[in-house]
Amino acid sequence: MSDTTQPTRKGQEFEQTLDASDKTVASFEHESRGFVDRLQHALHSNPTLVPVIVLIGAVAVFGLIAGGKFFSAFNLSLIIQQVSIIGILAAAQSLIVLTAGIDLSVAAIMVLMAVIAGNLSVYMGVPPVLGLLASFVGGTAAGLMNGLLVTRVKLPPFITTLGTWSIFYALNLWLSGAQSIRSQDIDANASILKFFGNNIALGGARITYGSILMVAVFAVLWYMLNKTAWGRHVYAIGDDKDSAELAGIRTDRTLLSVYALSGFVCAIAAWASIGRVGSISPQAFYEGNLQSITAVVIGGISLFGGRGSIMGALFGALIVGVFQSGLRLAGVDVLWQVFAIGWLIIFAVAIDQWIRKVSA
Amino acid sequence: MKKLLAGTALAFASMSGASFAADTTACLITKTDTNPFFVKMKEGASAAAAENGIDLNTFAGKIDGDVETQIAAVESCIAAGAKGILITPSDSRALAPVVGQARDAGLLVIALDTPFEPAETADATFATDNFLAGELIGQWAAATMGDTSEAKIALLDLNPSQISVDYLRDNGFLQGFGVDIKDPTKMGDEDDARIVGNDVTNGNEEGGRTAMENLLQKDSGVNVVYTINEPAAAGAYEALKSVGLEDQALIVSVDGGCPGVQNVADGVIGATSMQFPLLMASKGIEAIKAYAETGEKPQNTDGLDFVNTGVELVTDAPVEGIPSITSEEALGKCWG
Repeated sequence: MSDTTQPTRKGQEFEQTLDASDKTVASFEHESRGFVDRLQHALHSNPTLVPVIVLIGAVAVFGLIAGGKFFSAFNLSLIIQQVSIIGILAAAQSLIVLTAGIDLSVAAIMVLMAVIAGNLSVYMGVPPVLGLLASFVGGTAAGLMNGLLVTRVKLPPFITTLGTWSIFYALNLWLSGAQSIRSQDIDANASILKFFGNNIALGGARITYGSILMVAVFAVLWYMLNKTAWGRHVYAIGDDKDSAELAGIRTDRTLLSVYALSGFVCAIAAWASIGRVGSISPQAFYEGNLQSITAVVIGGISLFGGRGSIMGALFGALIVGVFQSGLRLAGVDVLWQVFAIGWLIIFAVAIDQWIRKVSA
Repeated sequence: MKKLLAGTALAFASMSGASFAADTTACLITKTDTNPFFVKMKEGASAAAAENGIDLNTFAGKIDGDVETQIAAVESCIAAGAKGILITPSDSRALAPVVGQARDAGLLVIALDTPFEPAETADATFATDNFLAGELIGQWAAATMGDTSEAKIALLDLNPSQISVDYLRDNGFLQGFGVDIKDPTKMGDEDDARIVGNDVTNGNEEGGRTAMENLLQKDSGVNVVYTINEPAAAGAYEALKSVGLEDQALIVSVDGGCPGVQNVADGVIGATSMQFPLLMASKGIEAIKAYAETGEKPQNTDGLDFVNTGVELVTDAPVEGIPSITSEEALGKCWG
């Protein structure tokens, strides 16, 4: 009992020098990290943090610069309303980008589906519900076409959708004769097409059904991506398609489903856009594809696939809206709004590259 | 066998040469094939060409701004030995060199709708007087309001590029309304306190709605809205309607497209200035025929550096001293 843990026996004489040596067990180094290091790691494990910080910061800064007009409930709800269509397109875009692809045709699918729904229900006397149904089927089919070209014909997504963008745009101009369907004609024949233009007055704010729809789309997709096996597969394919295949994931089938779902979401955006714009304009949203990519990139979703949260795209779209509204109310020319958005994109991608350098 | 083929080809070539020799060939080159304005223009040109026994070749760019396709089209027309070219240049300056080549080769080049910069790049320009188009709706808005001291004006322009049709209509409107426009080739340089602001629409409904919302954010009391074209006007109306202000503001526009005229009839747009693309094209064809027969070139309208193809004010609420036609009459003349 009197024994202590200390060895009592002294080593042989030639061993006694060892007493002076280090006795700690080998272990990993725990260097005390600097703030920048820790930030880099935090961002790496949670890439949505950047857009959230930028969004809060932008709202605060523009609240100070542009004052009460910017910070009113009405204006904030207006920003959400104005970004709702690009937001929903960005959700569709995120799905593709997460698989390390890119979709240049999202806006073209959307406008084409709005024109189809409008032509059928306003001009051809089809019940509006069937017109909408046709647009949903059409949107899914358009997405599926992209998916088949990517998985079966093995074309790169960029080239595939560059082609289908033109194809869908041409079909849209052909079907519409490049002529808008007037708001009054939609009201008279198919008012359900404008359903998402209705709004709820909440204090000074006006929340349109379209704004609610956007949040709902993101919530459902977030759940699918994060809480289902399908969602894990999507991330795995985006991270490394070959490894995912070796792990037993049926990659082509999953990719097909992603493209089809993305097309379906574009058809949802089509319905919402009729409510938002009021009429069906074949010329609108010509740059919608690029704006959706902007939102996705600013939202911290990596263009290399497999990393980022779909919620980032929502914040990305809102950041663009906040910048535009804030700069406008501060009296800044349109030219410089475009300029600012350009820098935002470069800033976002630079941050993404920096975060990627962290060893996991 | 080879000889026979060659001989037949030669015979065909000389035959077709003979049949074409009786006719004059003309070219029509538009910005796009999709805009109803250019579709109408093509219709007018085809009809006039058939009437005058002229062979018409038509070309179009893929999108507005597609300069390369238009350059290639001009080159094809020179190569085809056409007598004249009618063109709506996608870029007022970039096409100048190739137009120069065409004129050197003896072709009559007429700009339709969009003037070259400088206008003398072409032999003649057949276009709408866009400044006058703006002025008419400006005068109408001022006369309809009566007392304009309380006016709050929103200006919904095309895009940030400051192109001629954009600043001409914008400044024309302001001049007609009674605002000091400063530089007539610049938008947004006015300092009249009645102007709430300018915003851009890209000439479509979505842009019109967003721009109107933005300007309402600056001042919710907007009561006069100028719009670059009728789709933008329809978007502006939706924005006003969504906040219940559609009866507060007068909306005026320019174009004369059929949906726009219908919107005048429905009370969405107060007044619009109608232009005549069909007339531009048919007059152009006649000018080429005259040039082919007599070598005579068209003369500009007095006081302008182009041939004015006319503007008419369309409104269902006419005012004293400004000639106008009703939306019902206009529906018979509208394009698209």
